[in-house]
Amino acid sequence: MTSASVESRPHRSAARAGSAFLTTHPRTRLALLLAAPLFWLVVVYIVALALLLVTAFWSVDSFTGEITTEFTLDNIITVVTGSLYQTVTVRTVGVALAVTIIDVLLALPIAYFMAKVASPRMQRVLVILVLTPLWASYLVKAYAWRSVLSQDGILEWLLAPFGGHTPGYGLPATIITLSYLWLPYVILPIYAGLERVPDSLLEASGDLGGKSWSTLRLVVFPLILPAIIAGTIFSFSLSLGDYITVNIVGGANQMLGNLVYTNVGAANNLPLASAIALIPIVIIFGYLFLVRRTGALDNL
Amino acid sequence: MRLSRPARVTLGVITAIILVVVYVPLFVVLVNSFSTSTSLTWPPPGFTFEWWVKAFQSAGALEAVLTSVQVAIISTIIALVLGTLISFALQRFAFFGREAISLLVILPIALPGIITGIALNNFFRTIMGVPLSIWTVVIAHATFCIVTVFNNVIARLRRQGTNLEEASADLGAGVWTTFRLVTFPQLRSALLAGGLLAFALSFDEIIVTTFTAGSGVTTLPIFILNNMFRPNQAPIVSVIAVVLVLVSIIPIYIAQKLSGPADQKR
Repeated sequence: MTSASVESRPHRSAARAGSAFLTTHPRTRLALLLAAPLFWLVVVYIVALALLLVTAFWSVDSFTGEITTEFTLDNIITVVTGSLYQTVTVRTVGVALAVTIIDVLLALPIAYFMAKVASPRMQRVLVILVLTPLWASYLVKAYAWRSVLSQDGILEWLLAPFGGHTPGYGLPATIITLSYLWLPYVILPIYAGLERVPDSLLEASGDLGGKSWSTLRLVVFPLILPAIIAGTIFSFSLSLGDYITVNIVGGANQMLGNLVYTNVGAANNLPLASAIALIPIVIIFGYLFLVRRTGALDNL
Repeated sequence: MRLSRPARVTLGVITAIILVVVYVPLFVVLVNSFSTSTSLTWPPPGFTFEWWVKAFQSAGALEAVLTSVQVAIISTIIALVLGTLISFALQRFAFFGREAISLLVILPIALPGIITGIALNNFFRTIMGVPLSIWTVVIAHATFCIVTVFNNVIARLRRQGTNLEEASADLGAGVWTTFRLVTFPQLRSALLAGGLLAFALSFDEIIVTTFTAGSGVTTLPIFILNNMFRPNQAPIVSVIAVVLVLVSIIPIYIAQKLSGPADQKR
């Protein structure tokens, strides 16, 4: 008996041919993968950001309300020299810094407890407890603090017997509410950073005579610094651009975001709004540039 | 090093206090949704179901929910496609500009919402001359949702490696077959987690939305913001807030289920 070895010819469909081509041409594969997302991100986002920069150098015709596309430095000069803009910038950066410091101070102990003290079961529960408010709506949380801080709200009711009072609506309320809003964003990267610190390092430090405090300062802190900075990027940047929270609990105070918003909406002056928006952009890029070398960006 | 017992207890107490403070405001909203007071008075002078009934009958609220769901679904689908493509490109290839692209993906979420908002508002209205509508909201949301899908998918790709795909190719499967039968099934839970996050992010977003929504477009956050300062509507806002928190437990539960096995492996 002769076994006729039939060479089964590979089925050459278009898909097969495409597949073969892609396998041998990795660069084409890469180009196909990147084309759509890059197109989207560059056209929708980078171009929009670049044009925002350009618009800041245009002006609005005060008669027609139309935008004149002639180059002018007026908006930039207004924003840099105007006392209103200086005051609001200082206030906004101050609030963002305060929020960031408060959040890091609160996040460090809770993240440490979650990562290094709690039992695995407890750890799981804590992660859920920290994550749950993250899923609750931003507005719901801001509104919740509006309820808590109101003149006859729960805080007043709690503090009144001790002679204390609610701070009411204003900048302290804004700082409290923003710290509350961004706290989970700061806890999570720090917790993840602490998780990556091997217990053996802590034991080694202890064996070599390191006291708790020196171990924390000399071993743990340098290792989790990038994670801490990653957390601060969130709280700082999110606070810097916020204008809704300050509307809800900030009383009559304005932050940079409010000025931008008013100029886009009511005042219909997009060029001036763009010029104001450049302030937080410059600040944030400055911050990102400063922390770039710490590796914080990989912890986001 | 082992923390002393007092230190551990102190840490535990601090953690407990922070968690209590985190949950008290949400609890206050829950109680206020049943309060007879319309001005957030504490303790509530009396209790009523009036706001709950009114909230579920509110046509405006219902319509806002539908708008938000529409926007969130479409943005999530766009983000899933674009985020997956870009994770494959960045994880499986080394090329010039890789770092820049990875920064580009993070940028829409790293920059304050107001900058994304005004940049897109300016882009649509001044530059393109397109009137704001529900589609401008979708484009904006999809842009900042890409990163959540990207983060989940790239983490999964990093972990699963390429062994199985190479085995599949050695056994004669083409690029498509390998993706369909080997790569995609492994990615499924990462896609679900990333998609859920993207959906939640879009559903909740307010800042970029106010800058990109046309005058007739009312998403749920816009509805809440518009009604929060009206004394008669404020309790209804409390009801919506409570419902939102309750609904948000579902994705947390699913996300926990998804990450469960991975945690046990650790």
